[in-house]
Amino acid sequence: MMLESIKIKMQKFNTLKSIPAYLPIVNIDTDMIIPKQFLKTIKRTGLGKNLFFEMRYDDNGNEINNFVLNKNPFNKSKILIAGKNFGCGSSREHAPWALLDFGITCVISSSFADIFYSNCFKNGILPIILDDEKIKELSEYANRKEEISIDLSEEKIVYGNSKINFEIDPFKKKCLLEGLDDIALSLKKSEKIKTFENNLKIRKSWIFND
Amino acid sequence: MPNTLYDKIWNDHLVDQQDDGTALIFVDRHLVHEVTSPQAFEGLRNSNRTVRHPKLTLAVADHNVPTTDRSKGISDEESKIQVDTLESNCKEFGIQLFGMGDKRQGIVHIIGPEQGFTQPGTVIVCGDSHTATHGAFGSLAFGIGTSEVEHVLATQTLVQKKAKNFRVNVDGKLPLGVTSKDVILQIIGKIGTAGGTGCVIEYAGDLIRSLSVEQRMTICNMTIEGGARAGLIAPDEKIFKYLEGKPMSPKGEAWDKAIEYWKKLRTDDGAKFDKEINLKAEEILPMITWGTSPQDVITIDGKVPNPLNEKDEDRKNSLERSLNYMGLKPNMAAKDIKIDKVFIGSCTNGRIEDLREAAKILKDKKIAAHVHAMVVPGSGLVKEQAEQEGLDKIFVNSGFEWREPGCSMCLAMNADKLKPQERCASTSNRNFEGRQGRGGRTHLVSPGMAAAAAISGNLDDVRKYQN
Repeated sequence: MMLESIKIKMQKFNTLKSIPAYLPIVNIDTDMIIPKQFLKTIKRTGLGKNLFFEMRYDDNGNEINNFVLNKNPFNKSKILIAGKNFGCGSSREHAPWALLDFGITCVISSSFADIFYSNCFKNGILPIILDDEKIKELSEYANRKEEISIDLSEEKIVYGNSKINFEIDPFKKKCLLEGLDDIALSLKKSEKIKTFENNLKIRKSWIFND
Repeated sequence: MPNTLYDKIWNDHLVDQQDDGTALIFVDRHLVHEVTSPQAFEGLRNSNRTVRHPKLTLAVADHNVPTTDRSKGISDEESKIQVDTLESNCKEFGIQLFGMGDKRQGIVHIIGPEQGFTQPGTVIVCGDSHTATHGAFGSLAFGIGTSEVEHVLATQTLVQKKAKNFRVNVDGKLPLGVTSKDVILQIIGKIGTAGGTGCVIEYAGDLIRSLSVEQRMTICNMTIEGGARAGLIAPDEKIFKYLEGKPMSPKGEAWDKAIEYWKKLRTDDGAKFDKEINLKAEEILPMITWGTSPQDVITIDGKVPNPLNEKDEDRKNSLERSLNYMGLKPNMAAKDIKIDKVFIGSCTNGRIEDLREAAKILKDKKIAAHVHAMVVPGSGLVKEQAEQEGLDKIFVNSGFEWREPGCSMCLAMNADKLKPQERCASTSNRNFEGRQGRGGRTHLVSPGMAAAAAISGNLDDVRKYQN
């Protein structure tokens, strides 16, 4: 039996305003973000309810009240601030899918694991890298339940009367701002791929198993 | 200008490069499994796209497959749908698949090398972070997300930026009872789980060169646990000998040409590395992990750390959280940690040499009465080889269960998992919270150390059981 899977067209990202949720744990791995029992799906959607499953629910499946994303207003946060090396471990794209499905479209940390970081951009999620001091400052806004806003095109975060600039790769920024389908972009280079392949057949004939 | 091995493979795969450094690189080999591919195939269908090079793609179901009797199929409905979906996708898009009944079926990172699909100098990707394993052959191999899987299927290329060069040199000889698993655990302990972020690691030094092909795979496999996407080792005669005659290895004239090319795959003298560390093999001891991150390593003679000795607040909190989850007390001796289960297998340590290493310790011995232990060979071919050598009998006689191949309790997606608070000595690669089952507690060890733990009923020194 084949289940119907829905492909989400990537949402454009430009500005975002939300009370951030603060999860002060380092090395949050993708097993924590979405445990393996939820990887059996053949869809990209519906994972939000299982985001941070083991920290969020007790053994009987009831919400654990003091977990940040179970608390109002953080259960509606669109911005997550977390400890360093966020998203380490498995390559599962289910991690950003779960964040997105929960409603989180921006994660702020002092560092990200490589695969998770690149997976975010394929799904309209903006990962922002800031130094620890700035993270502490922003986490105060989570504690005080005050909104912060993110402006991707200006590469800045505005909070209270202050602002911080962040850096982002220009190509990744463009893809997020315009919600670009990067496969379509690469297919525009079909001629170059073809030329490469033709040369490869001469240089390293064994690659094609012909 | 002198180049590193990584520089050479990178340059040789550049299809296009934008001014900002964003590159399109060609992918020579794509491995596909059932968990991270269904949404990618669905994406192709929705956009009316095809697989550009089905022959450069090889698929296998490994994460969800049962390791017990397979004659009745998969009982878990969701797992079954996922495995069936892979089968129908492979049929639809013309991709070769090793099905559950095929003896070539196994963990994706074990079957690639076994079939000669993995080759030096290639770019190899898979929707799985342990793709780094294939770097042992001198290939640039790394894990990708599902969107990237779709991108590779459609274009046979990937959009990438070049990573930094990081060299880890290990020189000298390993003491008795110390294996490549201990070496990589020691490296991760030293650099930390984010130590390799943004880098490709080249492992070098005379110890690395002295290792067998399979031992090298164990090291490259866990590179991701040090935060680097890829780890590689320059190929040599051992690699060429391993690949000669494998079903998908080049043959005849193509083999000679391939060898000629593969021999050039090494870092030039004077090539620049952005980072470099050195380890002395003599100083490495049998290792265990005590906590919930692969960097939480101590030697088997060591003690569980005390958070009170930590100055860094983040680190202190993280130690406390780990100790609490693991049910351990500060300063407890590693050898006092009693275990309930033993798991030997995974893409880290599920190959024939790993099984031999464990069987050597278990021969004519019984495992502790309270321990439940199992061996899950990495592939059908590993299983067959082990049975020919009589290793299965050694395991079974000692009290281990002898299972069918797959990922099994490394990530516990199938029925093989720990119960809450159960403690396991495991030859796998991740000791994250809940990794082997909700509330389960994992101690990462080498196959020999797993065997020693099974016999003693607690974490123990493999050297005690060696002649």
